[in-house]
Amino acid sequence: MTGGVTGAVGLAWLLVLIPFAVAAVLLLIGRVGDRWGHWLGVAGLVVPFGLAVAMLVQMLANSGVESYFVKWFVWLQAGSLRVDAGLQVDHLSLAFVLLVTGVGSLIFIYAVAYMAHDPGRRRFFGFLNIFAGSMLLLVLADNYALLFVGWEGVGLASYLLIGFWQQKQSAALAAKKAFIMNRIGDLGLLSAMALLFSHVGSVNFVAVGPSVAGGGAWVGLVGCLLLLAACGKSAQFPLQSWLLDAMEGPTPVSALIHAATMVTAGVYLVVRSQFVFTVSEVAMWAVAIVGVVTLLMGAWIGTAKADIKKVLAGSTMSQIGYMMLAAGLGPAGAAFAIFHLLTHGAFKANLFLGAGSVMHATNDDVNMMHFGALRKVMPWTFLTFACGTLALIGFPFISGYYSKDHIITAAFDKSPVLGALALLGAVVTAYYMTRLVILTFFGEKRWGDDVHPHEAPGLMLVPMVILAVASLGAGAFLNNHIVGWLAPVTGEPPEVPSSLFEFTWVTGAAFGALVIGVLAGWLVYRRGPVNESNFLLRAADAELGANAVNDVVVLASDGVTDSVGVVDRYLVDGGARGIYRAGMGLSTWIRGLQNGKVRSYGLMMAVGVVVIMVAVVVAGQVI
Amino acid sequence: MIGMAVNLTAVTFWICAPIMVVLGFGMVLARKVVHSALCLAGLMVALGVLYASLNAPFLFVAQLIVYTGSVMMLFLFTMMLIGVDTADELKETIKGQRAAAIVVVVALAGLLGFTVLHGIVGPSAGLAGVNNAAGGNAQAVAQLIFGRYAVAFEAASALVITAALAAMVLSHAERLTPKERQRERAERRVRQFASDALPVAPNPAPGVYARHNAATYPALLPDGTAAPGSVAPALEARGQAVVAEPALKLPAQSLHNRLAAQAAELDGRPRLMADLPDAAPALTAKTDASAEADQEVEK
Amino acid sequence: MNENYYLVLAAILFAIGVAGFLTRRNALLIFMSIELMLNAANLTLVTFADAVGDLTGQIMAFFVMVVAAAEVVVGLAIIITIARSLHTASIDASSWLRR
Repeated sequence: MTGGVTGAVGLAWLLVLIPFAVAAVLLLIGRVGDRWGHWLGVAGLVVPFGLAVAMLVQMLANSGVESYFVKWFVWLQAGSLRVDAGLQVDHLSLAFVLLVTGVGSLIFIYAVAYMAHDPGRRRFFGFLNIFAGSMLLLVLADNYALLFVGWEGVGLASYLLIGFWQQKQSAALAAKKAFIMNRIGDLGLLSAMALLFSHVGSVNFVAVGPSVAGGGAWVGLVGCLLLLAACGKSAQFPLQSWLLDAMEGPTPVSALIHAATMVTAGVYLVVRSQFVFTVSEVAMWAVAIVGVVTLLMGAWIGTAKADIKKVLAGSTMSQIGYMMLAAGLGPAGAAFAIFHLLTHGAFKANLFLGAGSVMHATNDDVNMMHFGALRKVMPWTFLTFACGTLALIGFPFISGYYSKDHIITAAFDKSPVLGALALLGAVVTAYYMTRLVILTFFGEKRWGDDVHPHEAPGLMLVPMVILAVASLGAGAFLNNHIVGWLAPVTGEPPEVPSSLFEFTWVTGAAFGALVIGVLAGWLVYRRGPVNESNFLLRAADAELGANAVNDVVVLASDGVTDSVGVVDRYLVDGGARGIYRAGMGLSTWIRGLQNGKVRSYGLMMAVGVVVIMVAVVVAGQVI
Repeated sequence: MIGMAVNLTAVTFWICAPIMVVLGFGMVLARKVVHSALCLAGLMVALGVLYASLNAPFLFVAQLIVYTGSVMMLFLFTMMLIGVDTADELKETIKGQRAAAIVVVVALAGLLGFTVLHGIVGPSAGLAGVNNAAGGNAQAVAQLIFGRYAVAFEAASALVITAALAAMVLSHAERLTPKERQRERAERRVRQFASDALPVAPNPAPGVYARHNAATYPALLPDGTAAPGSVAPALEARGQAVVAEPALKLPAQSLHNRLAAQAAELDGRPRLMADLPDAAPALTAKTDASAEADQEVEK
Repeated sequence: MNENYYLVLAAILFAIGVAGFLTRRNALLIFMSIELMLNAANLTLVTFADAVGDLTGQIMAFFVMVVAAAEVVVGLAIIITIARSLHTASIDASSWLRR
């Protein structure tokens, strides 16, 4: 199981197995576990976090080794295809493992308090652990096939958790929508795997990497298929519409899965497959364009939604769009994609937990028009939320400032258009976050008489405070190290930022964008909600017609499938039915012979005797 | 001498063979199982005669004792145990079975006859020499049975003993309920009278008349109809029960008419007269066909 | 005389036995038909013993008789058991082989 690797890294499989084992216990033990199950669930991620830290220490100590391969057993062996159940622990996967286990542990602890009054809390933690195990498998797998197992696992966990309150029709529908949209992406991943296998003969990252280097057009196709998969999982255009509905799940789920970790799996896939994208310029441009489109769409949607969680969901789409854009810039941006991913994981989790705290205080209301002036009632929530907001809009020297500005810089290097659009996205980001904060925490109170807002319990506050600190400092902490740390995976970028206080014209432009956005937001919303009604906002509120498009696509494909169905029913099925009817008629006839009457059987026997005698006589005459 | 023997054998054969074939057809075609059994017994006797003419006197005796003696007796015992009311019907129930069977049998007979018609080539060797060498057929057979075939014989005896045990086990049936005695029967009848209004008294005795004195005649109720249950069911199943009600009622009716006519003559008032048939109806037993029809109805 | 006539007679008797087996429904009659077929076979054996001049054929016929007797005993016991529970000796009364 250790695959010959010593030390903590050799125990990498435990990272995957512990959450799954905990999930199995939680889901199978029954009501006995209701009293302590949630703490077992927390342990199911905290223990892997400790292990991940130990692995980090080991890797820092052995800086010469870039990746460890921990094989367990031969998983599939069919013809020339051989897939091992093996983990690849390198700088990229370890960064993800730390993000998933670290942020995840904090959100698990938060969820203990958040879900305290839910009768299904043990089941909830069971699902959360399924998610954690699958996500860790996804980021640790050393080949696409095993990655796909984790990929599907997080999809399943996401489905289960979005629909956790399945008694709500909307939640059940949202879960189904997310699941189906993800399936479309999965098709891309499967097809990419098939292509890789047919051209390279392997789906291992280390084997695929060198083999695609001289590849032809098919490598571009693989890249586009991988992009399709990433779009499904990371809610990128055109498969973005499920993420907003996914907010039907409990807020810790939104924080963990639909903001910090799972939706970043697409970015991980693109970065992990850098060897494919560096070969194909087309695929890289496709990734970058998808990223830019999505970052603008997400930000746009965020400006109009009244639902606090949906604003944050739009923001998530937008930020992941930044990451995709970066990932599509090649070695110059891939490391920054991961950098932004890590800081985003911290501050977006922080924001979602804050939103959850607000909902917790207002009887699960999500409409910002019913908030206002919560700043005084919930000071801690407000402070931590403010930290997250500053990080998100890229306030100088706070997380987003470093990670996002690097991306914008790289985008300008690639193409001025991309850079300008990214900068526009930053303006909108500052605008909608200002709107969100003002509507929620400032102004006059707009909640009903039956609502009694209160500060969140300590068990929820502690994770929020920790994440707020991370939101503030993660950027500065990682800025000088992340590029070098990820270089073995993403390739050396042309220039490495060395100083925390380096200012370029892009930094200035980004700060200007921030100021413009905040000012605009303040000017519009300083007196509370505005009776908003213009074309842009209506379009954004309708999620830019995504659902209408989906309906059209579904109807059109219904037509196609109907016509295929007619052919299938009458031609293919007709043939098949003909065969089975013939078989059935024959067997009914034969069954009629088997009527259980002794004399009928005797007749058969006599007929047989006659036939044999005829044969003998004829043979005797012939010979 | 040889010519005489050959002739004697031929005469025996040509007497026995037609009898056997006729009896064989009789066995297959007889309506009643008893008749079939009797046909088969006769056929086996004739077969024994053929054995005797084929230099097998030991088998002749064995055939008579084993087959006609014990096996056919077993058949008759079984018939008695099962009862005659399970009379076999010749009506075919499986569609096409009879036609197919006839075709197959004819084909089989033709093929077998064709095959064996020249089965023996050349003159018969005869067993006279072998039999005489041992001092007789029985001795010769005994030498073989207790000599070369001793083991097979022992195995056969073990088989027979096992079969006897098996027959005992198979045909043995435990009583599931205690036997009903007089007291229990009386109690049951009273109980059934209370619950289902069944008669408490035994079934009516069969009719005994001046003209006829037999259990096959039904008793008559006061209105002249036959009393149900007065004839044993076995007789009805066998088709021997007399059902001719008009014939049974005739004496009483004609007496009534005569007396009524005399009374009307004496006091001048008209009297009700019974309708008498023109000709005396026959006293007949139920036909087999009507018995079968009755059975069908019961089913 | 030609001993082949014995064989032909045996063939006819055997065919009659088959006919009885196939057409009659009473279990007793079916057993009788089987006995008839066995007897026809015995006649063949005895005939060949005489024709060949070897007693082995007679011995075979003897053993056939023994086995037939055992078979009849067991078979009739089965018929009695069945008739007792189904109140009929007809082998078509129920499809025994299909339950």
